[in-house]
Amino acid sequence: MQVRFLLNGETVEVDAPPTRTLLDWLREERGLTGTKEGCNEGDCGACTVMVTDEAGARALNACILFLPQVHGRAVRTVEGVSGPEGALHPVQQAMIDHHGSQCGFCTPGFVVSMAVGHMQGRRDHDDVVAGNLCRCTGYAPIVRAAEAAAKAKVPAWMSDEVPASETVSYAPETSDELAAWYQAHPDGTLIAGATDVGLWVTKGLRELPEVAFLNRCRDLQGIDDEGATLRIGAGVTMAALLPVLVRHHPSYAELVRRYGSEQVRQAATIGGNIANGSPIGDNPPALIALGATLHLRHGSGRRDVKIEDFFLDYGKQDRRPGEFVEAVTISKKATALRCYKLSKRFDQDISAVCGCFNVEVDGEVVSSARIAFGGMAGIPKRAAAVEAALVGQPWAKETVETALARFSDDFQPMSDMRASAGYRLETARNMLVRYFHDMAGETVSVREVRA
Amino acid sequence: MSVAKPLPHDAAPLHVTGQARYVDDIPLPKGALHLAFGMSEEAHGRLLALDLEAVKTAPGVVAVLAAGDLPFANDVSPSPSPEPLLATDTVEYIGQPLFLVIAESHLAARRAARLGLAEIAPLPAILTIDDAIAADSRFEDGPRLYQKGDAARAIAEAERRLEGSLEIGGQEHFYLEGQAAVALPQEGGDMVVHSSTQHPTEIQHKVAEAIGRHMNSVRVEVRRMGGGFGGKESQGNALAVSCAIGARLTGLPCSMRYDRDDDMTITGKRHDFRIDYRVGFDGKGRIAGVEFVQFCRCGWSMDLSLPVADRAMLHADNAYDIPHMRVESHRLKTNTQSATAFRGFGGPQGMLGIERVLDHVAHSVGRDPAEVRTLNFYRDVAVRSAGSGKRFGGAHSPIRAEFETQTTHYGMPVEDFILNGMVERLRETSDYSSRKAAISKWNASNALLKKGISLTPVKFGISFTLTHLNQAGALVHVYQDSSIHLNHGGTEMGQGLFQKVAQVAASRFGVGPERVKITATDTGKVPNTSATAASSGSDLNGMAVQVACDAIRDRLAVFVAERAQADPGSVRFEDNEVHVGSERIPFEKVVLDAYQARVSLSSTGFYATPKVQWDRIKGQGRPFFYFAYGAAVSEVVIDTLTGEYRILRTDILHDCGTSLNPAIDIGQIEGGYVQGAGWLTTEELVWDDKGRLRTHAPSTYKIPACSDRPEVFNAALWDGANREETVYRSKAVGEPPLMLGISAFLALSDAVASCGSGYPALRAPATPEAVLAAVRRVQA
Repeated sequence: MQVRFLLNGETVEVDAPPTRTLLDWLREERGLTGTKEGCNEGDCGACTVMVTDEAGARALNACILFLPQVHGRAVRTVEGVSGPEGALHPVQQAMIDHHGSQCGFCTPGFVVSMAVGHMQGRRDHDDVVAGNLCRCTGYAPIVRAAEAAAKAKVPAWMSDEVPASETVSYAPETSDELAAWYQAHPDGTLIAGATDVGLWVTKGLRELPEVAFLNRCRDLQGIDDEGATLRIGAGVTMAALLPVLVRHHPSYAELVRRYGSEQVRQAATIGGNIANGSPIGDNPPALIALGATLHLRHGSGRRDVKIEDFFLDYGKQDRRPGEFVEAVTISKKATALRCYKLSKRFDQDISAVCGCFNVEVDGEVVSSARIAFGGMAGIPKRAAAVEAALVGQPWAKETVETALARFSDDFQPMSDMRASAGYRLETARNMLVRYFHDMAGETVSVREVRA
Repeated sequence: MSVAKPLPHDAAPLHVTGQARYVDDIPLPKGALHLAFGMSEEAHGRLLALDLEAVKTAPGVVAVLAAGDLPFANDVSPSPSPEPLLATDTVEYIGQPLFLVIAESHLAARRAARLGLAEIAPLPAILTIDDAIAADSRFEDGPRLYQKGDAARAIAEAERRLEGSLEIGGQEHFYLEGQAAVALPQEGGDMVVHSSTQHPTEIQHKVAEAIGRHMNSVRVEVRRMGGGFGGKESQGNALAVSCAIGARLTGLPCSMRYDRDDDMTITGKRHDFRIDYRVGFDGKGRIAGVEFVQFCRCGWSMDLSLPVADRAMLHADNAYDIPHMRVESHRLKTNTQSATAFRGFGGPQGMLGIERVLDHVAHSVGRDPAEVRTLNFYRDVAVRSAGSGKRFGGAHSPIRAEFETQTTHYGMPVEDFILNGMVERLRETSDYSSRKAAISKWNASNALLKKGISLTPVKFGISFTLTHLNQAGALVHVYQDSSIHLNHGGTEMGQGLFQKVAQVAASRFGVGPERVKITATDTGKVPNTSATAASSGSDLNGMAVQVACDAIRDRLAVFVAERAQADPGSVRFEDNEVHVGSERIPFEKVVLDAYQARVSLSSTGFYATPKVQWDRIKGQGRPFFYFAYGAAVSEVVIDTLTGEYRILRTDILHDCGTSLNPAIDIGQIEGGYVQGAGWLTTEELVWDDKGRLRTHAPSTYKIPACSDRPEVFNAALWDGANREETVYRSKAVGEPPLMLGISAFLALSDAVASCGSGYPALRAPATPEAVLAAVRRVQA
């Protein structure tokens, strides 16, 4: 596939197989070995590069970024974070001055993440580098460096012009083109952010003969305000969704803040997270609790399904060959929505249990309940029996306690490396208890407590 | 002087710009080949046949080797017990290398490696500590025993008694740079190897055996590692040896690096332990006697397990003067990855055992665990440096008892104890007592969330317990332009060793550190080195460099003194000048003049640690030159509904003697603490019932991320010189701070204890699931 992009300010043209990763190409073909391979699955951030397009600059993991995905974009590696004649970026100087590197292997990735954060004036340093693992420093000096560099001017060389780019056959420019392609290639693979498909290649060593890259489908990347609802295009990244959720659904936003990492959120799309049907994807439980509607498209035909009806069984969705997720519509208002993500680590971890609650109380009585869980079944699943035990009952401790007994009717979770079945069931129950206290205004999160 | 300055890491400008070169970044000559292993998918069995046809015909494959194809030794063991590079007739764990693929690219090698078919007749797999005990599967004939006094009797006669058991999980090193090596074939069959290793001499040794040459045919170079933490002490042998065999076979350069999942599946980790204990004590919590039985899961090969298990025994007292103690250690062989060196090397597990005991005793007598700890401490010994001698009987004299011998359970006098003073200071600076009270109050008014706090000490023995390893060499050249070329046997893995040693060299010559070029570790420059391990890097290599520098400096002093008719002893090297009589001569001029006068400007240096003498079978002697000390206070909050938690604040006071570089030392302390806390909290290794490691990538194995560090994090250095004659009276700092992380674990235990009346008996790692289970336990 012909790919043309800016690399550290210079135009490059490459003819690459569709699944050649940017990381391998940088290191093996260009000798740009500053960008490191730490895990080859997007979990450590040692390969972080800066990618700029019309939407601005973002940090991405080069290990699960296929070359065709950077067509028409500008890429800046750690080598390009330093200026002409080797002038140091303020973040680089601060990392030296504040002893932010020890073994130095994770450092280029940190530097790129921090430089992008610096460019955007971010002060939430923990979130900016949540996707960069360091095994030496304990992070304290890195955060000190980020704080020290925050006020320095962004060097001029960091602003990349987005290159003019011709259309390419492998990356449809509109959803109509995509629909036509997919109808003609129903066995092909759609690649949006590649945060999952990337691992099929780097870990599964799969070859993907027929692929379409979706990142140029601009009409899938919009969030439309429709009055009472928001229609979110399937190609909206989690990073683009986050500020919208902060306004409308702060608890869902907090879930998304912990979704993957900055690099993952900048690549991963909501459509990909839904369509892939994983039982541990974090969006579906929230969307089910919100009563979201999924918009599917096949050729020129469109249909809507309730999101909970999309997930049929483990690995099986209500999606025909050649049909794809076009958008999802959610209510703009759900003041009772609370989302709880439980994992071993707060950031950049996959949920053991993800519980989302939306219980509406009319007067003293529960008028409706939408409760959904990830990690508790082979699919993201609604807690029908628990909901039934709540609806029509007074919103009181006794009702909650009665409902707790119904969890085992809804869920028979499994044990794996993330959690045991018993722990999953117990914490799912306890999340309802937490929700009750949360709605009463109590502090329920350890993240809100200070020494 | 350059020492004691907080200079940045010497390679920091290279790190931040991406120029720092690691093994896989070295440009390879044309035609270089890439290697990958095919691995066992059975934990234990007879290897009946290997069908490698599909591997051989896969695209890009140049050669495929099984055990029978190896030209010479099939052994990559760091211990006297053999460890095959490639399995012969038996496979012993899932992930064990069975065959070696040599291909034109890394990807081609990985792809082909998956095409091998192994016919394996399964044998019963011994996976857990319980399995191994039941099968009596072990590495030494029976348990080792170190003891002092009569613990059984002391416990029997004590006012109160307790017993318990503690599970301690292992830990993946998760060095960010995975294992990697490159071999470059030379004329006449010689070999140059670049390896990401803490132990270049062992790589040299193993490579020489594998290609049937003497060690003088093999040169190993290590510029830096992207983290080691013990995981590159022995685990790099397999890659370097494979590359050398491949290079010998093909005549082409060979490169090998593990994909992360392969790295975690193949290589060893920290030993997991179960420690059973019995303790007798009085109503105040003063311990009369303790018995420990340590069960140590060593995995399939001996590797470094014996000294690791020894060190766990040696740290079973930590900071406590326990009159009667018995430590029994079982080194169990299992069909899992070979547990190996990991920062602390058994010390952390042994120390956690006694810290659990102290915590349990304090809970039992209803006292603040910090007070019970202090009650049981060894006595502080006043530092006696020259000119500060005190006479007995004066108003400020120490009491005579301070100079009476106090010994560990292995008979080593504790002559440098300072924790009473350190802990007193830390209690003040961390505001421990009032925070402890505030936490009780907070817990009384919060039903769902609970806080906890813990203060724990560290006393860590410094020296290799295998006494002959306590030696080091250095090579220093001063060139005619007065630039200094520095080389020594230590390796740089991020710990700042090179900078510290360069500061020593610069100080000896009285010049700035910019004049000193730090060069890659090279077995051709300094031979017979020990691994950079046991925290010993700057102690050993710093001293060897000092010796080498002083030899050259003394020659220069004699040379200038002769010219000036002065006493060589009066010549001083300061501020880039040489002071002789009333004259000050620029260092450059002295060097050039000396060169022209045919004075040798090159020297080796050698150092052997004094005083150490140890009998590991008897468990008696002085295994350590000295102890390094530290203490930490951690405060946490837990969620009693899910077991989630956060570390809210940590205060550390740590002893580095007279620090060679306070910035680098603080870096080791902060980083060590977070790594130690990670070991005991979120870092959980999970094997399934077939023996397959299920947590083999960062997606499933969770080391601390940025937001997991304590929100308030105060680390300070204790100001005091090492009483032993170490380099500039500094102390080793690599490993000891890791064990400060124990305070986070016991703070979680404290928070759990506030949920009920039972003892939490928290297991490690204290994942949220483990914390929730402990909450239920104390509520029961």
